[in-house]
Parts: sequence; C-alpha cells; structure tokens
Amino acid sequence: MNAPVETVEIELTVNGERVKRSVPARMSLADFLRTELELTGTHLGCEHGVCGACTVRVDGEIVRGCLMFAVQADGCKVDTVEGLSESREIEELQSAFVLTNALQCGFCTPGILIAAQSLLRDIPNPSREQIREYLSGNYCRCTGYQAIVDAIEAVAKARAGRAR
Amino acid sequence: MKAPRFAYARPASVAETLALLDRHKDDARVLAGGQSLVPMLNFRVAAPRVLVDINRIAALSGIRVTKTHVRIGALTRHVELERSPDVAKHLPLVAAAMPHIAHPAIRNRGTFGGSCALADPAAELPACALALEATFVIAGKKGERRVAAEDFFKGLYATALKPGELLVAAEFPLPKPGSKSAFGELARRQGDYAMVGIAAHRSTKLRAAFFGVGDRPEVIEADTVEGVLSKVETLAPRADLHASAAMKLHLAKVLAGRVLKELA
Repeated sequence: MNAPVETVEIELTVNGERVKRSVPARMSLADFLRTELELTGTHLGCEHGVCGACTVRVDGEIVRGCLMFAVQADGCKVDTVEGLSESREIEELQSAFVLTNALQCGFCTPGILIAAQSLLRDIPNPSREQIREYLSGNYCRCTGYQAIVDAIEAVAKARAGRAR
Repeated sequence: MKAPRFAYARPASVAETLALLDRHKDDARVLAGGQSLVPMLNFRVAAPRVLVDINRIAALSGIRVTKTHVRIGALTRHVELERSPDVAKHLPLVAAAMPHIAHPAIRNRGTFGGSCALADPAAELPACALALEATFVIAGKKGERRVAAEDFFKGLYATALKPGELLVAAEFPLPKPGSKSAFGELARRQGDYAMVGIAAHRSTKLRAAFFGVGDRPEVIEADTVEGVLSKVETLAPRADLHASAAMKLHLAKVLAGRVLKELA
C-alpha cells in the first residue's frame, strides 16, 4: 500500500468474526467498531487517549481505540467488551463489579473491565497499589475507584485460591 | 474531535518510506505509535495531507546487543523495552524509566523512536538518551548518518531530523562495569507527563539529565553528587499550567536530592 489513499479496504477479525469493509483512512478504530459494526460497548470519552473508555484489545494487547485508525487494524484480531462478554472471559469481573457496586453510570466500565482482565493476566495477584497503578489510565468520574479496586482484588484472590 | 482528512500510505521498507517523504515533502508526516500524533490530529494541531504509517516495517523494530552497544530500533514499543531482559541488564536506567511512561494501553503502542523524534520536553526517553550518551541513527536520501543525543535534541519539539529523514534507531554504549544509574520523576498522577524528572548515570563522571524544566532536557555533569546538586540552581524552568517556575525549581532540587542519593 504505497500510494497514499483516503479510503482503504480492510479485513480483520472482530470478536472471532471475519469482517471486510471499506473505510476512510481518518476513521478511528473505536468509531469503526461503533458505527460500522454497531458494537457500541466501546465508548468514546476524550478522543485523545486520556480517559481509557475506548480500551479494546488488538492482537491480545490493550490499546486506545481512539488513538489507532481502523486501517491500522487491517489483518488484526480485535476483541471488544461484547466479545469478551459473550465468550464469558470477563464474567467473573462483571459479577464482582455488580456485587461491589463498582459502577454507577457505567460509561467507563467496558474499558475498565478490559484493562482489568489484562492486568490479571500480567500480574495474577496484584496489590491494591498495583491495581491502581495499572488502571491509572482509565478514568471513572462516579465511583471514586474504591469499589473498582475492591472488585478486581476479589477476582484476583478468587482466581489465586483456585490455582492453589 | 476526530482526525482531519488525510491520505494514508503504508510502506513496507525504509527505502519506500524515504521515497514517500521525498515525494510529499512537508505535506507528509510519519505515523509511528501514534500516541502523541493522533491526539494532535484529533485536536487539529496537526493536519498533514499524507500519513506515512511505518508500523509494518519489521526492520525498524527490536533490541539488539552487540559488543559495544545496545541498539534500539525506532519502532520498538515501550512495552518491549519494559519487558526486555537485555534492557534490564544493560540499560537499567531505561528500564527504571518505563513504568513512568503513560499507561499500559499507551505503552503497548507508543514507540521509542516516536518519543525521541517528537522531543516533548517532559518525556522520559530523550533524557535517558542524553544521560547515557546515546547516538541516533538517521536514514535519508543520501544514506545513514549518526547524531549524538547531545546534538539531536534542539529545543521544544525540535530535533536534528531534517525534512525527508527518518529516525531508524538509537545506539546506547554498553555501560562500563561499575557504573550506576538512577531515575525519578514527580507527576500529579501516575503516568502523567513529569512536572520534573531526572535520568542520571554515573560512569567516569556523573551525568544527570533534568526533564520538564526547559525546552529540552538539561544535562548537568559533575564529578560528584554534590557537584551536580550545586548546579541545579542554574536550571531555568518556565511556569506551566501545573506549577510556577519557582515551584518547579524547588521540585528539581528536592528530587535531585532524593534520586542522586542512590549514586553517592
């Protein structure tokens, strides 16, 4: 793809499904998921990489959906909160969030769930300090974070208990 | 907001990239990790006609240790530096800086070369490159040239890169046995840009690169910790949204005292 173009044909796997679309180069991955695929669980807050509401996974790693163009995900495997819910990968986290009241308006929740799942993969038994540090890139304006940290800590402990 | 309209190119090699940059001149901008450039596009601070996406050029990625230096490819992601045993072993200063750079999702995309080429005065990696006396490798139409970190960072978001050139790597000399380093920064929140930061390395001399205190990182070199501390007063930080100039200078002194203690 050498000559610059404003519209690009892309093919990628989203939540296990192969999709093919023609997209404007300027379209962010988050906008692509929301408007082209109607996966509106990925939220757009600040659109400059600060709030973390648009967090999705690309090839297994969390990224900001607003700081990557859809065209850059060409050929990649993308997972959103819808896919991770359906596969039940984040079921425990979701239940813990409900149990501890770790959300109020819920706008930040999809991004936080995906980041938290990534945290528990990288650091299986994190301290509260490590949870706060890892989630420092995900803003929540409702809860004050306390309950979010509680929920993630509870899941980490439950998983560690089972692993023993 | 959303990014303005642009045309997108995805070259497969450095040669193709240079040809595109040559063809489109000032209209083109290189897209690496995009963690600073895309916000700039979304804010409409930058509006290049052409974005040259170098993310698929494998030759620009990776960390290689030779007999004399550690070579870090420009497209190496922050997360790779963070997890690299070679970086931990040979460049502990860089390893210590990594957790301070933004957040995991940003570090998964952001690149070493992007951070250096942008030259944000509050960024960690340019200061590390200065403290460790790295050399930048730059590709251009006429071939490669090398520029010492000291001459690379010119000022506020300004580097020695000329139009049409591409930063391809940096070479960090292997530290001498017995050398030590220390890193620290003060930020309002974990992952924010530093209000004041220090990347310091002690080999034959002690080099401390202060960042967030001027248009570019300022190196203070001396034989001893006391020597560096006595010169912190010469820094001339400018006030920003978060702190007055006097407060920044105060923080620089406090942080220098804390960080350099490790090198005494």
